Amino acid sequence: MMDATILFVDDEEAFVEAMAKRLTKRNMTIYTAHDGDTALELLGKERGIEVVILDMKMPVKDGLTVLREIKRDFPIVEVIMLTGHATVESAIDGMQNGAFDYLMKPCNIDDLTEKVRKAVEQFRAHEGEKVQARIDDITHRMA
Amino acid sequence: MQPENRTPYDKLSRKIALIVITVSIAPLILVGGLIFDQFRSIYHDKVYAHLAEVVDKQKDNVNNFLSEKLNEVQYLKRAFTHDQLIDPKFLERTLKDMQQQYGRIFVDLGVINENGLQVAYAGPFDLLGADYSQADWYLNCRDEVTGISDVFMGLRQSPHFIIAINSSKDGKLWTLRATIDFLAFSNLVENIRIGETGYAYILNKNGVFQTRPPANRDRELTLTPYENIRKSTSDEGVSIQLSDGSDGETYVTVSSLLKNGDWKLVYQQNSSDAFSAMIRSESFTLIIFLLGGLGIVVMALILSRKLVNRFRIIDQENEMMNRQMVETGKLASIGELAAGIAHEINNPVAIMIEEAGWVSDLLEDEGKNMSCYVEISRALEQVRTQGGRCKDITHKLLSFARQTDSRVAEVSLPALIEEVVEISIQQARYAQVQLSLDMDRNMPLVSGSVSELQQVFLNLINNAIQAMEAEGGTLSITCHAEEGQAFVSIADTGPGIPAANLSRIFDPFFTTKPVGKGSGLGLSICFGLIHQMGGEIEVESGVGQGAKFTISLPLPSSGNGQKYKQED
Repeated sequence: MMDATILFVDDEEAFVEAMAKRLTKRNMTIYTAHDGDTALELLGKERGIEVVILDMKMPVKDGLTVLREIKRDFPIVEVIMLTGHATVESAIDGMQNGAFDYLMKPCNIDDLTEKVRKAVEQFRAHEGEKVQARIDDITHRMA
Repeated sequence: MQPENRTPYDKLSRKIALIVITVSIAPLILVGGLIFDQFRSIYHDKVYAHLAEVVDKQKDNVNNFLSEKLNEVQYLKRAFTHDQLIDPKFLERTLKDMQQQYGRIFVDLGVINENGLQVAYAGPFDLLGADYSQADWYLNCRDEVTGISDVFMGLRQSPHFIIAINSSKDGKLWTLRATIDFLAFSNLVENIRIGETGYAYILNKNGVFQTRPPANRDRELTLTPYENIRKSTSDEGVSIQLSDGSDGETYVTVSSLLKNGDWKLVYQQNSSDAFSAMIRSESFTLIIFLLGGLGIVVMALILSRKLVNRFRIIDQENEMMNRQMVETGKLASIGELAAGIAHEINNPVAIMIEEAGWVSDLLEDEGKNMSCYVEISRALEQVRTQGGRCKDITHKLLSFARQTDSRVAEVSLPALIEEVVEISIQQARYAQVQLSLDMDRNMPLVSGSVSELQQVFLNLINNAIQAMEAEGGTLSITCHAEEGQAFVSIADTGPGIPAANLSRIFDPFFTTKPVGKGSGLGLSICFGLIHQMGGEIEVESGVGQGAKFTISLPLPSSGNGQKYKQED
C-alpha cells in the first residue's frame, strides 16, 4: 500500500481510533481530530497532509462548513466525505463544495483505502502542477 | 325530531330557512297589504258612487212617474166637466181610453162628492156608492188641490194607492180619484236590479212598504245600521249605510227621499254581492300570495338544507384533512425518531465493525499460528456480517424517514416497493406470511412523491399482513407496465372483505379493526394520494377469497425512454 498522510476528522473518538490503527497498519500516516476547528489548526501546522477524511455530522461545526473552509485555505488538499447516511443531496452538496468523493459509515476498509489512494494521486498531481507552475514562473522571471 | 337530537347543522338549517322566509315574505306582506288596502278603499268608493248614482236616477224616474200620472188625472179634470165625469158611461170610456194610451197603470176612476161618497165609478170593482168620508187618504188630501196617497188595502182588500184631484162645483167640493196599479208601480221601482241580491223598494214615513217587499223580507229581515258611508244633508241627496242583517249577512242600503219627503226609495244589496268582483279579485290575489309564500317556504327549506349539507361535507372534509395532517405529522415524527435512533446506532455499529476489522488485521499478522485462528476469523467475519446487516437496516430506516415531502420525482416502483417490503419483512415473518414478488425491473419510472408512494404501499402491505396474522398466508406483490400505465397489485390470502364493506372501505373513518387499533383513515388516505397522482385504486375481494388491491398510475408520455436502472 502506498504511503499517504491523512487527517481523519470525526467526533466519534472510538471510531477515529479504530480507523487510525487500521489505516496506519496500511502504511499511512494518520493525524486525527474530533472537531472542525482542530482539523483546520492541524492542517495549518502539518503541511504534509494530503487527504482529509471528514465526517459530515459533527457538533459545533458541521462537515460541510469545515469542507468549505479547508477548500478555501488549503485548496489542493483532497477531502473524502464520510456520512452516516449517503444521500444524493448530501453527496451533491459535498461534491459542489469541492469534495473528492464520499463514503457511507460504516465503510469497507478496502473501499476507503482505494478512494484514499485515488485522492492522494490527485493531490500529488495538483502539487506537481503547482511546483511546475512555480518553476515556470521563476524561469520566466530569470529569462 | 326531538329538540335534544337536533344537531348544530339542523339548527343552522332552521335559522337560514327562517331568515330567508322572513326577509322574502315580510316585504311581500307589507307591500301586498298596502296595495290590498288601497285597492279595497278605491273599489268601495267606486261601488258606492255607482249605487248612489243609480238610486238618484231611479228616484227621479219614480218622481217623474208620479208627476206624469198626477198630470194625466189633472188633465181629465180640466178637460171634462163634473157632469161629464159623473156619467158612468163617459167615465168608463175615459178609463178605457187612458188604459189604451198608458197601459193598465190606471186600475179605475171615480168621482167622490163632498160627503165622501163615490157617485161615479169605472173599474173592475163594485165600488159605486163607496163611502170614503172616514178613509185616511181622503181625509189627508181633502184640504189639498192634489194628493197622492200611501199604499193601503182599502175596500178592495188589495194594495193600491190613489191619485186625487179636488175641485168644486157650485161651491161644493168634489174629488176625481184614480187608482194606480200596485204591481205596475212596484215593477217600475224594482227596475234597478243589480247583481243577484240588489232590490229596490219604497217605504213611507212610517216604514211601511209602498211597493213589493224584497223576497227575504217575508222572513222578517231586520237591518241594524252600523256604519254611515254617506249621509244626505237634507231632503235632497242619497245616503248610504252598512247594516247587519238578522240573517247574519251584511247589507249595503242606499236610500233617497222622494214625493216631497213622504216616501223613501231604498236600494238594498247583500254586501258580498255588491263587492263580488272585488272579493273575487281579492281571493285570486290571496291564492297567488299563498302559493307564492308556499313556494318561498319550500324553496327556503330546500336551499337551506342543500347549503347546510354542503357545509357538513366541507366540515367533514376539513376534519378528514385535519386528521390526515395529524396522521402525517405522527408519521413524520415517528420518521424523525427512527432517523435519530438509526443515526445513533450507526456510529456504535461502525466502531464495532472497525474494531473487528482491527482484530482481523492483527490476526492476519500475528495470529496465523494460533490453534483457534480459523474460529476467531469466522467469529470476526460474523461480527462484520451482522454489523453490515445493522448498517443496512439503519440505512433503510434513514432513507424511509428522510423522504417525507410530497415533491414529485421520477420514481422506480420496484425499488420503492422493495424498500417498503424490507421494512415490513420482520412483521411478515412473525405473522408467518410468505412473500411472493413478481416485478418488472425494467419498467419505466413513474412521476410521484416518494414519501407518499411509500406511505400507500406500506399501508397496503401492513393491512395485508395484519389480515393474515391469525393463520399466515402469502402476500403476492406484482408490478408491471402496460399501455402507458404502471400497475401494482398487492394480494393476500386472508379472510377477505364482506361485500357489504367493500364499497365503504375507502370511506374516511371506516374501520373493522377494534377500537384503538385503526383510525379508518389509512385506505382513505391511500385513495386520496393515488387520485392526486392521477391514478386509480381498486379492490377485489370476497369472504374467504383474500383481498387484492390494484393501483394504476399513469406513466409519463416521455417516460418510455427512461428505463429503471437496477441498483448494484
